[in-house]
Amino acid sequence: MGSFSAQQIGWLCTFAVFAPFISGTLVGLFGRSMGPAIASHITCWAVGLASLVALLLFVLIFQEPLFTLKGNWYLWGVIGEMPLSVGYLIDRLSIMMMATVLSVSFLVHIYSIGYMKNDPGYTRFFAYISLFTFAMLMLVVANNFLQLFFGWEGVGVMSYLLIGFWFKKDSANLASLKAFVVNRVGDLALLMGVATVAWFFGSLDYSTVFEQVGLIGNVNANMTIGQFTWPVFTVIAACLWIGAMAKSAQIPLHIWLPDSMEGPTPISALIHAATMVTAGIFMVARLSPLFEQAEGVLNAILIIGTLTAILTGLMGVVQSDIKRIVAYSTLSQLGYMAVGLGASAYAISIFHLMTHAFFKALLFLGAGSVILAMHHEQNIWKMGGLKKYLPITHAVMILGALSLVGIPPFSGFFSKELLIEAAHYCRLPAAGFAYWGLVLSVFITALYSFRLLFVVFYGKTAAKNPEHIMESPPVIYIPLLCLTVPTVLLGIMLVDSVLFERFSAAITPKPNHDVMRVLYGQFEWEGGMIWHSFSSLPFWLAISGIVSAWIAYVKYPGLPAKVVEKMEWIYRILCAKLGFDAIVAYAILPAIRGLSTFLGQVVDRFVIDNIGVNGVAAVVMRCTKMIKKCQTGYLYHYAFTMIAGLLILWVWMN
Amino acid sequence: MVFFQELPLLSLLIWLPIVGGIVCLAFARYLSPSCLKQVACLIACLELFLCAVLVQQFHSETWAMQWTEHRVWLPNFHIYYHLGVDGIALPLVVLSAFMTFLVVLATKTSTLTRMPMYLSLFLILQGLLCGVFLSMDAILFYVFWEALLIPMFLIIGIWGGKNRVYATLKFFLYTFLGSILLLVAILYCREMANTAMPGSTDVFSIAQFQTLSLSLLEQKGLFWAFLIAFAVKVPMWPVHTWLPDAHVEAPTGGSVILAAILLKVGGYGFLRFLLPIVPDAVHFYQVPMIILSLIAIVYIGLVAIMQSDLKKLIAYSSVSHMGFVTLGFFVGSVMGIEGAMIQLISHGFISGALFFCVGVLYDRTHTRSIKEYGGVVNKMPLFSGLFVLFALANLGLPGTSGFIGEFLVILATVKTQWLFAGLATLTLVLSASYTLWMTKRVIFGAITTPTVEKLSDINAVEKSILGALAIVIVLLGVWPAPVFQSMKASVQHLHTQAQRSKLFHFR
Repeated sequence: MGSFSAQQIGWLCTFAVFAPFISGTLVGLFGRSMGPAIASHITCWAVGLASLVALLLFVLIFQEPLFTLKGNWYLWGVIGEMPLSVGYLIDRLSIMMMATVLSVSFLVHIYSIGYMKNDPGYTRFFAYISLFTFAMLMLVVANNFLQLFFGWEGVGVMSYLLIGFWFKKDSANLASLKAFVVNRVGDLALLMGVATVAWFFGSLDYSTVFEQVGLIGNVNANMTIGQFTWPVFTVIAACLWIGAMAKSAQIPLHIWLPDSMEGPTPISALIHAATMVTAGIFMVARLSPLFEQAEGVLNAILIIGTLTAILTGLMGVVQSDIKRIVAYSTLSQLGYMAVGLGASAYAISIFHLMTHAFFKALLFLGAGSVILAMHHEQNIWKMGGLKKYLPITHAVMILGALSLVGIPPFSGFFSKELLIEAAHYCRLPAAGFAYWGLVLSVFITALYSFRLLFVVFYGKTAAKNPEHIMESPPVIYIPLLCLTVPTVLLGIMLVDSVLFERFSAAITPKPNHDVMRVLYGQFEWEGGMIWHSFSSLPFWLAISGIVSAWIAYVKYPGLPAKVVEKMEWIYRILCAKLGFDAIVAYAILPAIRGLSTFLGQVVDRFVIDNIGVNGVAAVVMRCTKMIKKCQTGYLYHYAFTMIAGLLILWVWMN
Repeated sequence: MVFFQELPLLSLLIWLPIVGGIVCLAFARYLSPSCLKQVACLIACLELFLCAVLVQQFHSETWAMQWTEHRVWLPNFHIYYHLGVDGIALPLVVLSAFMTFLVVLATKTSTLTRMPMYLSLFLILQGLLCGVFLSMDAILFYVFWEALLIPMFLIIGIWGGKNRVYATLKFFLYTFLGSILLLVAILYCREMANTAMPGSTDVFSIAQFQTLSLSLLEQKGLFWAFLIAFAVKVPMWPVHTWLPDAHVEAPTGGSVILAAILLKVGGYGFLRFLLPIVPDAVHFYQVPMIILSLIAIVYIGLVAIMQSDLKKLIAYSSVSHMGFVTLGFFVGSVMGIEGAMIQLISHGFISGALFFCVGVLYDRTHTRSIKEYGGVVNKMPLFSGLFVLFALANLGLPGTSGFIGEFLVILATVKTQWLFAGLATLTLVLSASYTLWMTKRVIFGAITTPTVEKLSDINAVEKSILGALAIVIVLLGVWPAPVFQSMKASVQHLHTQAQRSKLFHFR
């Protein structure tokens, strides 16, 4: 630990987590009176200092693979007999996430100074992203399920507010609503998973739960749900995975992510590419002891991850909005990470998460720079030939795309190559499908990435006044340049220690799942891995994807139209996003609206209220009306009734 | 602090606002409206101060009644003026004092007709509510319980909307029907107490009722009587239809008090009477009651989605949230009851805050129709920020108080039956749908209607009211430990009572 005591590490972590909270709250509450300049200074400094601290902790802790430090900030409450605290758990996994989140967040903060300039919601924006960073950090450092859920929903809300940041746009408001509600479907499952954990283990503390998993281990614990009996671990892991599917946008809960592009571009980079959407991947890695006990769920993760990687990649190929292309690329990469989880190569998924965070943030911010230069035009067909106007943006985006495609020796190569290898060596039944799916989608990745680059930066320009297009100011391109460093170097720097030491003492796959050991056995050194890749299928698929893109969009620009003509139905299906949105719009939503109207108008208002409540009242009314008729007011009526009554009484008495 | 221990604090809590309200009304003609409002505020503030003393002096480690007062009232019938407070009553008393203070503070002196009466009715209502929460004698409880109806009846009937006569009648008859059964049940319990201990004078004490031995048949009968009385107030499905009507017609203050406190009286009844007096019947009817609660949560949640009237939407959302309260009561664990209690309190703040927000809009536009709004944020940024916070609390965001109750009740329900918990969890999606869709249509977007065009942001009084509520909601969500602590002993005691069968030592 060098010269730092455990207590000091705890303090540093506390600072890193709460600095964005304090700055965000201050700016959120008093932003209007402090003015834009002060607001952005406060948040940038706070997040900047916090990210320095996180990098310091990263350097300190990454050398000690077994380092684990747990502490509590305060007691949230004692529910039943179960004490719940808010605190932190620092190990390699959480510190790596902290460093990634904070450094990307810091660069996005800086970038936003330029990007959001003159926006009426400038201070609000900075308050939101700082608070988002805080919520994400709470999720990452959580040492129990309650705090995990707090951070989980916290990032969801900040994402909701940021997607709908331009609240005058109806499409943005709709997208934010959609994002939140779809995420809530996942949260529902996550909450059920957490509740099942609380019921079965009697605790929500990670370490207590994991200890008990170790003890219970292979014993088949079952539970009954309705009529059926299920293994408890399968139920828990399935629930948690559905939660992860919504947040990490796996098919079919991915529908919110493309629409979330309605938010400002820095947000798309920070939340919908680098950090928040990877929370599901992180959560599964963090809770891997639970997933290790549920092979069925691991198989499901492999299949869903693969489908996501292929299908969303294909959808990305036909998009024409620059941000949406990158968004579909994010979806596809999240599919890769999910496959890593399914193959029990948690550390490699986290490794890809980390490299992806940087190169995808780079691509998004680069796209933002293009959008800014094009005066908020996002259609790639209205760009073209921008290379000479935006040399810096062009250069960094090429680097980002090479990393994304997995060309050695860029970062993305190492993490992606290892993911594919992990699927290859995994022994689960679904692994074969996963392996070939990932290999295939390497080609798709290369195709859509370079389609984007070639259409935007090469060929003839379609812009109306090209002479007005200017490279973005330094406040925008300096963060881009900073991001190129990890985009290029991170993989080669970390691959050895990732394979050798994994990320956390808590991540220990079952012996028969341990593909990491196989991978490490194969690994010699970084150069060897690169050399080996030149004779591997994924590398050549990537190259052929790039070449195809070059042929189709630079060499013979008429080709795509001809291909579309030939296979129009495929093109149509892809453009319709495989119908997922249509199912929601034309089946699910009308069904819910109809059910709601039926229950509200027919059952509640008519049956219960009109027939039930008012019906009783009406019956009472009618009875009283009938009885009222007896009270005629005529004396002879009363006299007659009296005499008749007396007679009846007399007869009856005798 | 010794000074306070000499005082009959609970009696003061009850009678200070009642007497204060009557005095306000009596001297109304000698005071200007604003002066009158200041007097009323002062009384409500004093009440809040008494609550603070009560909280400060409260011993959370025991379940026994504290600050008890035992005076003779009707000796011939063995009816006593018997008061006491425990961890279950305490938070509800504080909640009601807090909300009443805000309602009095929010009263508009300039536009309201018959303002003295309005203020004094709310003060009197507050005293009666304290009476309900603090009574230890069943008849005393019943008197306060029935008396509650009168001020609320008048508030809706005098200051209500167009359809107020229908709404008030419905409200009154609905709840009165339940109350009659409550009286029958109380009298039956008295008979049983009398036979169990001939010659005892303590036959109307609620604590005595809780120790009675009853056969399963008797318990079932009492169960239905209590259930109907309290279920109407909560309200549980299917006896909830008076609530949307009452809310829609009530003035802002009436809606706030109705949602924030009056519904809680029903929940309190469950805790004081139903669970401890007829535990075996509760166990017997556990599954049907859970199913009724789930219907309230899911069905009402669905109904709320398509509402076009702001107040109706929030009213339905209230019913849905109260479903968690009854669910927590019937799952049979400490965690469930704790969750239900927290939900009671939290719902008081959140629904109160939302009704205040609707009031703020209604004062300016005189419409509650969602269609008439859109883009409010452009004109009222500060208000919109607070509104979104309350909306998020309403959908149970962690970090606000709305989350805790639902979380605890779901955790407790998993122990009973996983599927039930799964159904209850649907509220996550439903509440998000109806709350955020409403928020989208009211708050966000561009300005589309002339009504929104002339809106102005909240003034200092509204700011402080909504701000105070926001602080409480967030504070409770981030650090609920003190609330858990204060009710722990009482809830655990209640749980033991509710778990102990009364059949084995049946005479």
